[in-house]
Amino acid sequence: MIGIEHYVVVSSILFVLGVLGIFLNRKNVIVILMAIELILLAVNINLVAFSAFLGDLTGQVFAMFVLTVAAGEAAIGLAILVIYFRSRGTIAVDDVNRMKG
Amino acid sequence: MIQTLAFYLFAVLTIGSGAITILARNPVHSVLWLILAFFNAAGLMVLVGAEFIAMLLVIVYVGAVAVLFLFVVMMLDIDFAELRAGFVKNFPLGMLVAVVLLAEIILGVGAYRAGALQLGTPDGTASAAVGLSNIEALGALLYSRYLFLFEAAGIILLVAMIGAIVLTLRHRPGVRGQNVARQVYRRAEDATINTRPEVGAGIKL
Repeated sequence: MIGIEHYVVVSSILFVLGVLGIFLNRKNVIVILMAIELILLAVNINLVAFSAFLGDLTGQVFAMFVLTVAAGEAAIGLAILVIYFRSRGTIAVDDVNRMKG
Repeated sequence: MIQTLAFYLFAVLTIGSGAITILARNPVHSVLWLILAFFNAAGLMVLVGAEFIAMLLVIVYVGAVAVLFLFVVMMLDIDFAELRAGFVKNFPLGMLVAVVLLAEIILGVGAYRAGALQLGTPDGTASAAVGLSNIEALGALLYSRYLFLFEAAGIILLVAMIGAIVLTLRHRPGVRGQNVARQVYRRAEDATINTRPEVGAGIKL
């Protein structure tokens, strides 16, 4: 029998994988963005699972808002990545602190 | 029985492809595994009856965001071997953070199972109406109770779109573009002249 616990376990493992991805690929900003997408996916699974568990649709409405913000964040992040690559010729984010000024 | 089988299939594939996403050597492979992870997460959501969010996930993520990632990964000419240099060095710290985070989540869920804190009782205003499909019920809620939040989400998308365009727009010098306004503004009377020059004198333009 599948319960809410199974969904919480899946989403927490996915969340931890996302955080681990940020730490493992600290230079490659594309993979960091993908890891953030994984984290937001884990949040969405959690929201939908609890929405079904409680019989309350608010969770699904907010999952949609999270999806909106995730799409906007990916677009802006990749745009920043493109202009950063244009001016530097690399996407290694170790020396991003040079962006100030 | 078939639900249990489907749940474990989707869950294992989601977690497995999520793990390969962050571990793959080639970011193109990472994007493809991310797409698989999103597909299986959509399957997990269909299993609990949230069809609308599942389809949204497939359309928005697989159709738009993942393709955007693929475009950027393939457009930029990057030496990926050099970018992975810190992988082994970061591994112990990353594993430490991951283990601490997982332990905290397990602790939190365990504390919840021991007896939840009662912060309030749901008043049932947002519960799913009987007899409506998922998308109908969601639409009824979205366009009434969450109307302003919904419009705010639209504004966020608009701002993100304009921001992305403004950030990546560049004016390259030396490009001969078409000036539509000037073309339209030009009249036939200004463009042609009628002269009757003397023989051998020529005309001055």
